[in-house]
This record gives sequence, structure tokens and C-alpha cells, in this order.
Amino acid sequence: MDEAPDSEWITAEISTGTTIIAAEFDGGVVIGSDSRVTAGEAIVNRVMDKVCRLHDKIYCSLSGSAADAQAIVDIISYQMELHGVHMGQPPLVRAAVTCVKDLCYKYKEELSAHLLIAGWDHKYGGQVYGTLGGMMIRQQFAIGGSGSSYIYGFADSTFKPGMTKEECLKFAKCALALAMNRDGSSGGVIYLVTITSKGAEDMIITGKDIPQFYED
Amino acid sequence: MDDLLESDWTTEEVSTGTTIIAAVFDGGVVIGSDSRVSAGQAVVNRVLNKVCRLHDKIYCSISGSAADAQAVVDIVDYQMELHGIQMGQPPLVQAAATIVKDICYKYKEELVAHLLVAGWDHKYGGQVYGTLGGMMIKQQFAVGGSGSTYIYGFADSAFKPGMTKE
Repeated sequence: MDEAPDSEWITAEISTGTTIIAAEFDGGVVIGSDSRVTAGEAIVNRVMDKVCRLHDKIYCSLSGSAADAQAIVDIISYQMELHGVHMGQPPLVRAAVTCVKDLCYKYKEELSAHLLIAGWDHKYGGQVYGTLGGMMIRQQFAIGGSGSSYIYGFADSTFKPGMTKEECLKFAKCALALAMNRDGSSGGVIYLVTITSKGAEDMIITGKDIPQFYED
Repeated sequence: MDDLLESDWTTEEVSTGTTIIAAVFDGGVVIGSDSRVSAGQAVVNRVLNKVCRLHDKIYCSISGSAADAQAVVDIVDYQMELHGIQMGQPPLVQAAATIVKDICYKYKEELVAHLLVAGWDHKYGGQVYGTLGGMMIKQQFAVGGSGSTYIYGFADSAFKPGMTKE
């Protein structure tokens, strides 16, 4: 009680501690996140949507420093809009990832954010890319954020290439729910975006709809 | 190449980095571990059995500092044997877990080892106890060691109480 006047959350850096995931299925991708934003020990936002639009069919999910991540998203979404207009057609997912990667690598020492990028384009279909540390690596599925360590085992054991959309949504939902159970910096609700040739469809999973698992 | 001359593995503490797990099933317990022992970056033993016997039907699995863990096991193993003789019947798993917990809590600052204690006794059947940090907590399943963070999600999703042995 004596500590209340000295709240360190006022000065602590705001971090989307987080768990983020992106996975490819047969026909598109699913990208999702939890919704907790922390400043030190305090939760400053319990419903933040960490899945952000870079273009109609290219989305990214954020982790690490909220400010850095949002700054990157603003820059890249502007560049993508311009690029789309120049090319006269929707940009490739690779174009977005390359822009993010260039920025993250150039400012590697200053930035502390990791974005997972996923989307659909007419040339390569559904794709997921990780950009941790300024690299660009295409993967069948990718996880990130502080909560991701707890679900490596689950993801490795459960993911199968060529899943249906429903299976992929279930995979992402369960992975996020498990991480949210264990990681103190992840929690709240689950945001999921499904991207296919038809466009992007988003959904929120709250409360009782979040998958439950065995608890001692 | 210069690093070879100053190998830090010769001075690094030997650690059973490790992944250990113990789980209760309908009729008993399963306790298991990997087998790697590292000193810094080097693997100094690739086949160490980290599942150690405390008594006929009480075993523990070790993680953290190899030396600390083995020291604790030696002490508890001796005390369990004595306790079993004095009681005239196999000791309870709770007894072993209590002794491990007492040592780990008393020397909390000096020791860097975590033991999972699991076994079967006639009174309570199969039990698993976690002793991280000097607590004693009975669980249906427990994981430990550096590798355990990666499998929390998998363990939460896959474990069901009342499984068969297989």
C-alpha cells in the first residue's frame, strides 16, 4: 500500500508483451493475437487489436514495444498503398515483408518490435513471413511474442500443412488460448483475421468461447 | 579459433539444462527426462539418466545444477532408506517430497536445483510433487527444466486426468 504513490507503470515502457501467431492453410492464411498491453506490471489496455492492416489482403501482428510496432505499421501501410497504386494491382505479400524487413534491419539497434506478416496475393497464394531481428523468412506457421515460448511444443506437434480453414482457425485459437493461460503478459480476448482470395475476414473470440484446457 | 584455447567449458558450472516431466495415470505415475548435460556450450554427457531412485517406488527427476541435484538425491535417498526401515513399510511419497522440500527451502539461496518427485504408495496411490523454489505442491502433472517452457502449451492441451499407462 505504501508503494502506490510511486507507480512504476507510469514510467515503464509500454509493451505488447503478447502472443501472436500466423499460419497457412489450403487457400489462405490465418493471423491472430491476444489483446493485452502492459506497462511494467500494470495492464494498460486489455482489448487492443494487435492484428493490423498493411493492405487489403496483407496483415501483420505486432509484438514488443507498442510504440515501435505502431510506427512501423504506419510507415509500411503508407508505402503499400502507394505501391499498390503505382503497380495498378494489389501488392505482393513479399513486397510488404521486404519493406518491414528493411526498416527493422536498418534500425535494428533502436527498434524493439517484431512483426509477423501474413497475406494472400495472386502470384503465390497464402504466405506467412517472420521478420524477427530484421530477417525475412517464409514459414508454414510462425509464432512470436513473449507467450510464444510456451506454445512451441504445442505448435510443433499440432500443425499440419494443407489444413482446411476451420482446422487452421482452431489451431490458432487453441495456441493463443494456451499461451494466454501461461504467460502473464498475454491475455484478454483473441483477435483472428482470415485472408483468402476473397479478402480479409476478422473475428473476435471472447470469454467462454475461448478454448478451455485442463487445469489443476 | 582463439576460443578453443580459452574453453569456457572447463570452468563453467556443469548444468543439467534439461527437460523433465512427471504425470499421474490411472494406477501410478510416469516420470521421465532427456539426457543432456552441458557445461556452458559444450555437451559433457549425452546419456545421463536424470531419473534417480529415492526408494523402491519413489523416484525423482533432476534439473538445474548437476552437482546440487545429485547432492540432494544422495541425502534424500539415505534418509528414505532409514525411514523405510524404521516404519517397517515402504515410505509415503509425501515423506520423500517433504524431505526434498525441506532441504531445498533451507538452502534456497545456495542450491540451484529443481527436483520433481513422483511415486506410488499404498495410502494415496500415484502422486507427483513439484518442489521448485522449496515448495511442495501436489500436481496431476509437472514439467521442469529449461526446456519445459516450450512444452507448457502442449502439456496443457494434451494432458487428461485418468489416462491409461500407455
